[in-house]
Amino acid sequence: MKPSEQLGKDRLIWMWTQMLRIREFEERVKRTFVEHPGVIRGHTHLGDGAEASIVGSLATRNDGDPVMPSYRCHGYPIVLGTPTGNVMAELYGRRDGICRGFGGSMHLGDPAHDFPGATGIIGAGIAHAAGVALTAQVKKTGKVVYSFFGDGASKQGAFHESMNIAAVWKLPVVYILENNEYQAYTHVSLEDANYVGGDLLSKKAQAYSIPGVTVDGTDPLAVYDEVKKAVDRARAGQGPSLIESKFYRLSAHGNAITVPPVPTQFPKHESVEVYGRKAEFEAAKANDPIPKFRSKLIADGVMAEADANGIEERVRAEMDEAVRFALASPAPAPEDALKYVYA
Amino acid sequence: MAKEMMYGEAIATAIIEEMQRDPNVIFYGQNMGMTERDPMLKMFGKDRIRITPISETAELGIAVGAAMTGLRPIVELWMSEFMLVAFDQVVNEAPRLRYMSGGHVKVPVVFKAGYGFAAGWAGQHSNCTYHLVMGTPGLKVALPSTPADAKGLMKAAIRDDNPVIFLQHFLLTLEKGEVPEGDEVIPFGVADVKRHGTDLTIVATGWMVQKSLAAAERLAKEGISVEVIDPRTLAPLDVRTIVESVRKTGRLVLVDQAPRHASAAITIAGEIAEHAFHYLKAPVRLVTAADTSVPFSEPLENYVLPNEDKIVQAAKSVLAKRAVMA
Repeated sequence: MKPSEQLGKDRLIWMWTQMLRIREFEERVKRTFVEHPGVIRGHTHLGDGAEASIVGSLATRNDGDPVMPSYRCHGYPIVLGTPTGNVMAELYGRRDGICRGFGGSMHLGDPAHDFPGATGIIGAGIAHAAGVALTAQVKKTGKVVYSFFGDGASKQGAFHESMNIAAVWKLPVVYILENNEYQAYTHVSLEDANYVGGDLLSKKAQAYSIPGVTVDGTDPLAVYDEVKKAVDRARAGQGPSLIESKFYRLSAHGNAITVPPVPTQFPKHESVEVYGRKAEFEAAKANDPIPKFRSKLIADGVMAEADANGIEERVRAEMDEAVRFALASPAPAPEDALKYVYA
Repeated sequence: MAKEMMYGEAIATAIIEEMQRDPNVIFYGQNMGMTERDPMLKMFGKDRIRITPISETAELGIAVGAAMTGLRPIVELWMSEFMLVAFDQVVNEAPRLRYMSGGHVKVPVVFKAGYGFAAGWAGQHSNCTYHLVMGTPGLKVALPSTPADAKGLMKAAIRDDNPVIFLQHFLLTLEKGEVPEGDEVIPFGVADVKRHGTDLTIVATGWMVQKSLAAAERLAKEGISVEVIDPRTLAPLDVRTIVESVRKTGRLVLVDQAPRHASAAITIAGEIAEHAFHYLKAPVRLVTAADTSVPFSEPLENYVLPNEDKIVQAAKSVLAKRAVMA
């Protein structure tokens, strides 16, 4: 029996609800660029398309297990319990932001909800995650660390060095390589040796003699099953595993890089904008994990159409409120910029 | 109670005492704790004393992640240049994460490294790289010049809730000095006046403190009274003590083993220009390394580095100058 077959009705509905919350949040972020130009500054990266992978992974957590995402990090705190209004307020640079307006989209963190903090430098957080796992090992807390990063980060030295040490020290960490096929604007075929050699990216695990598997990242239950195995192994003191979770990023890498006062918005996905692969993008949209899991849960009799409609209504209301809260939150006091340099 | 100790031994003693005091302190790096005969390994066990592969990015990144979640790691980097391999972790991760989190996390790590190995280690293993880190908000930088300072500053570094770059000068490793026993912690940002004087102020760090004291001794024989100040930490930098000294002497020589524009001296000169200009009786002089990489052969190496003669010469030239403003 697969671990996911033991998931109860409430847990399955919880999973779909969390996926939907991430999607609706990201939709509001995207719409902010249109409806409230100038409110979001800098560079913002969305996780639409990653919902099944994020939630399937996090559904395996024990309370207190730390989560270390990449800079594309909005979805994780939403699932971990950070109020969405505070996450949105951070993206808007407001006083009620989870980092008081000091971090922004790429540098979220909420230690109170098991999210020590993200870094905007690709791959650097993979080393930090191993360090969080070192704390768990030295203090014997029994916690397992979830390290999320993109396919692009798997070419960084930090990835390879950390995997090696984690394997030598048998650190309780699970590496989830979110392969969305594009590292920023570059297709994986142009930059990954395993891909070019006709292999899966999970093959990288073989270099460090640890388990490596590839899973359909649009299926939250398939993700759950593989991550669960890796988490159990890590918790038993047997060290790290690598899971390549394959899905498709449904938005462009980030909002267009413009110089103020030129307004910015999300452009079309790179597959269309750069590579002209319209069919590829349409196929990915047709394979959207959220309606797919919704249909499955209804077909399996886990929830009724009316239940799904009710959840959708509640989630939309939550995210509308998050936007209202964030817009109403005051700007930080300018002189607060001198705080938090030193502890 | 004090005990005579070597500089290197004083640092090791500080680490051992802090590890005994706080179970959250761990210590790791390349080529350490290799066999079960290792005394630190015997004392603290394999969880807290670890050996790493040659992977500076992971070594420092792991320390940052561990520090964010409750440990106090000390990373043995051996040579300060090895930090350059992982410079993202040094300047763009460790000191930024607290600020970007709006104060929700702290990163109490110590990156420990030797520097300034002017003994034929040539271009890539002899450098003074502190200028690269001393201006990075969120980082602290300590450079002890005596065994007592080395012990007290290492204890402070380990107890500090911020990332600290602890730079020990290779050529001071065997220097002996009186070291207070027990819990003597030297606070950061407090300069030490190593010699009192009235005619001229010299500011120096690390190995250059010794050179400056030797120069001051020579000048004393000629009736010139020199004050020698060691800032001990470059971040935070005790500008006030230097300004107060210049107020008294009116003359300043800054001695630094780094090349001119990559020195701490150039930063101190800027502070003095702003805060002590009216006290100066003569222009400030810098005695730094030449603007070259460090050469291998001994006569070449000697030629580019500051030494006692160059310091004496600079001091005399400053004393010979009339007041800037009559």
